[in-house]
Amino acid sequence: MLSADVTTLLPEIGLAVYAMIALLGAVYTTKDRAAPFLVWLTAALFVVIAAWIGLAGQGTNIAFGGMFIDDGFARFAKVTILLSAAAVLVMSQDYMERRGLLRFEFPVLVTLAVVGMMVMVSAGDLMALYMGLELQSLSLYVIAALRRDSVKSTEAGLKYFVLGALSSGLLLYGASLTYGFAGTTLFPGIILAAGTGAAPLGLLFGLVFIVAGLAFKISAVPFHMWTPDVYEGAPTPITAFFSTAPKVAAVALFARVVHDAFGGVVGDWRQVLAALSVASMFLGAVAGIGQTDIKRLMAYSSINHMGFALMGLASGTAFGVQAMLVYMAIYVTMSIGTFAFILTMEKDGRPVVRIDALNLYSRREPAKALAVLVLMFSMAGVPPLVGFFGKFYVLTAAVQGGMTWLAILGVIASAIAAYYYLRIVYLMYFGVETDALDGGRSPVLWGLLMVSAGAMVLGVVNLFGIEGAAAVAAATLVN
Amino acid sequence: MDSLLSIVTFIPLLAAIILALFLRGDDAASQRNAKWLALIATGASFVLSLIVLAQYDPEVAGFQMVERHDWLLGLNYKVGVDGISVLFVLLTTFLMPLVILSCWDVTFRVKEYMIAFLVLETLMLGVFVALDLVLFYLFFEAGLIPMFLIIGIWGGKERIYASFKFFLYTFLGSVLMLVAMIAMYIDAGTTDIPALLGHSFSAAPVGIGAITLPGGLQTLLWLAFFASFAVKMPMWPVHTWLPDAHVQAPTAGSVVLAAILLKLGGYGFIRFSLPMFPVASDLLAPFVLWLSAIAIVYTSLVALAQTDMKKLIAYSSVAHMGYVTAGIFVANQQGLDGAIFQMISHGFVSGALFLCVGVIYDRMHTRDIDAYGGLANRMPAYAAVFLLFTMANVGLPGTSGFVGEFLTLMGMFQANTWVALVATSGVILSAGYALWLYRRVVLGDLIKESLRSITDLTGREKAIFAPLAVMTILLGVYPALVTDIIGPSVARLLAGYDVALLNAAAQSALALN
Repeated sequence: MLSADVTTLLPEIGLAVYAMIALLGAVYTTKDRAAPFLVWLTAALFVVIAAWIGLAGQGTNIAFGGMFIDDGFARFAKVTILLSAAAVLVMSQDYMERRGLLRFEFPVLVTLAVVGMMVMVSAGDLMALYMGLELQSLSLYVIAALRRDSVKSTEAGLKYFVLGALSSGLLLYGASLTYGFAGTTLFPGIILAAGTGAAPLGLLFGLVFIVAGLAFKISAVPFHMWTPDVYEGAPTPITAFFSTAPKVAAVALFARVVHDAFGGVVGDWRQVLAALSVASMFLGAVAGIGQTDIKRLMAYSSINHMGFALMGLASGTAFGVQAMLVYMAIYVTMSIGTFAFILTMEKDGRPVVRIDALNLYSRREPAKALAVLVLMFSMAGVPPLVGFFGKFYVLTAAVQGGMTWLAILGVIASAIAAYYYLRIVYLMYFGVETDALDGGRSPVLWGLLMVSAGAMVLGVVNLFGIEGAAAVAAATLVN
Repeated sequence: MDSLLSIVTFIPLLAAIILALFLRGDDAASQRNAKWLALIATGASFVLSLIVLAQYDPEVAGFQMVERHDWLLGLNYKVGVDGISVLFVLLTTFLMPLVILSCWDVTFRVKEYMIAFLVLETLMLGVFVALDLVLFYLFFEAGLIPMFLIIGIWGGKERIYASFKFFLYTFLGSVLMLVAMIAMYIDAGTTDIPALLGHSFSAAPVGIGAITLPGGLQTLLWLAFFASFAVKMPMWPVHTWLPDAHVQAPTAGSVVLAAILLKLGGYGFIRFSLPMFPVASDLLAPFVLWLSAIAIVYTSLVALAQTDMKKLIAYSSVAHMGYVTAGIFVANQQGLDGAIFQMISHGFVSGALFLCVGVIYDRMHTRDIDAYGGLANRMPAYAAVFLLFTMANVGLPGTSGFVGEFLTLMGMFQANTWVALVATSGVILSAGYALWLYRRVVLGDLIKESLRSITDLTGREKAIFAPLAVMTILLGVYPALVTDIIGPSVARLLAGYDVALLNAAAQSALALN
């Protein structure tokens, strides 16, 4: 029995063991000199495990009496998380090394965070959920403050920690209420206790607190306050990490909780999600307009995107989950490309984050400027770029779920948000000539930027088949 | 050739990809290569589209040369043409080589300029041939990207304001249409346009709060489509982006904008609003007719007051589009024939007029009317060309402009005499501003010192104007060339429209009893 449980958890266990061996090995031997090697090794390991999970995973396996679920949905999320984490690690190596930030703890912490995320998306129990979430969060708190000698970075880490602890508290409170009223922490038990139609009042409170705690993790409005500051303060590669894998994990966990534990009372939570979605879309769109720092802009952009992902979830259907998964996969791909570009923005070896430094960038770097143009229009959701299909899926899900008003508000928000994406294009293509950015010759970053932009264009043919995979994944979650 | 339409549509895109990937450098030789490649690609597309026209059978009213492949989410890649769209395809492929020729003297970022126009051509052709709702939306919306760049990079002084206004205005209009398309998809279970043409959307009145909305779902969908197409058209009062965009766009950009992009809105009305939401169209027709009548008179008066030539022609475009919208929503054979004819004719005439402005702008670098006068003395050929297109713009019999205006006015007269009366006064006003413009720019004595050395049309410029002049006169004296092709399709559309209206009336009568 135990061996079957362990087999199901093998990827997570393997990664955790790897993290500890890497930590001990590096501490006792080479210390930071091994860091570049560890970064590449970790990234390669992520890719291998992603391929393993994606290709070998079959059916639904339940381990430890239902606490851990390995199903199609979890596998889809895990593959997305692992691949995006691998891309971010590879992206950050050059940047961090040149700034003396590349400590061997960095890949180890990322690995631990990824293990936490994998547990999150597979959680079948409130305890497993919390353990995964905390493992992820604690690793992220440390990574956010990685640059110890920078006031901004430590401020970002501290802010993230204090607010994150608060949100964990909310979530725990909700979990305890749920446990109190349902008598169990297992999702199948909760769904029975909640019944169908409307949940008992106590469970409803539990649900709302859990949703609030999770909304903080995905930075949905009104729990978004930390996002711009943390994005701005953390070193750019870490910002890139924050905006990709943890977001996927948190959204997937969100879907898991509302469907597996509260799937019978869809009417109760979808209004909450719809409200979060509208607030996020509009705040992300409006507040981003005045930003001058590209990392803060990306923070508001991610808030806006999370609003759209929640729109898919708010429809409360299997198609909604599929739309949400497709949206997140597309969002992560766009984010990686955009951050690969932001990492190349530097002048005299110092990173530049002012947006107006991009003035007439297309003159000096036509290929990169074109790639960023594609990414920006894709983020704005203009066809034929893939970002449009993400929006199309979630809007279809919303209309299908009878929330046409949500879809209408969503498209209005997307038209507002289009302004700041256009502004970047405008600066790069029709701005006035100013001091040129230099540097940014890293072939890895260049490659990632081009792959991401190319995917945005070529995906119009068939979205690289993620549609079918997402449909399968959604079907295993919602039944 | 089964995939002829796809080939016509994607040849320009292919050339753009070749340019983007393989052309290096920005010296004179590579600029010339870029221009030639663009010209050859647009020319090839035109030649192939002639084969499309030859294969097209005007007697058959349905869609022809249909091509279909599966796409994601149950959508299809499906293209085809009918009598309404085939001529727009021809119009686009006919004009694009001339547009490329007109920017032969551009030296600023030529490669990108050519890529933008080639991509734009593929997207415009895609709009006209698409037979899937989402495919249509994809082409329709994507056209914003190259146009945004064309205005923003190669435009005039206020180009940034104009490009943002252009993009955000049209984007906001279109995203509402996207929601309506999704609602249609869910209601009908398909995004196939021929199937949707046969589907009848519910017209039962629905209550929204305390208000009962007549026409129900159809009215809501109609309004969402209207939000998009009215902006694109552009109709008064959402036309304000157009003068800004026109004035700031480079000459070739203005030509494409006026001659082809403005037609997307009218095409959309004919393809979607009228046949798919007949009850709502019937219900809201008076609203559209009066908006059109106001547009015709108001924008003509505004045009009279302009001091900038491009702005004047831009306002005159808005006025001419007023005839088109009115012609579409009177929903009779003359009106619709006239609207389509007017759009095609306007494609030649307004394109040529913007080229005329471009000719003297290239020489003097100003569009101010007061900076000119007496050009006929130094530029006789130019004066003749400009006169022809001015007359066509006014709607002089014998030019294509007359046929379109006459047919739409006749259609309007049958539907609503008062609207026809107001709209007809626009013909007089258009004569006013067009002739006055001509007098101030071309006639009189050449007294301005700066104009003493201005030169007449070059051979290249004559070569651009010649086909346009031929088409303007040919369609003016032999309009059957166009009406024979569009006639059967329009008749079929109207037959379906009348049946749908009768059914809806019968149903509501049944509901009352």
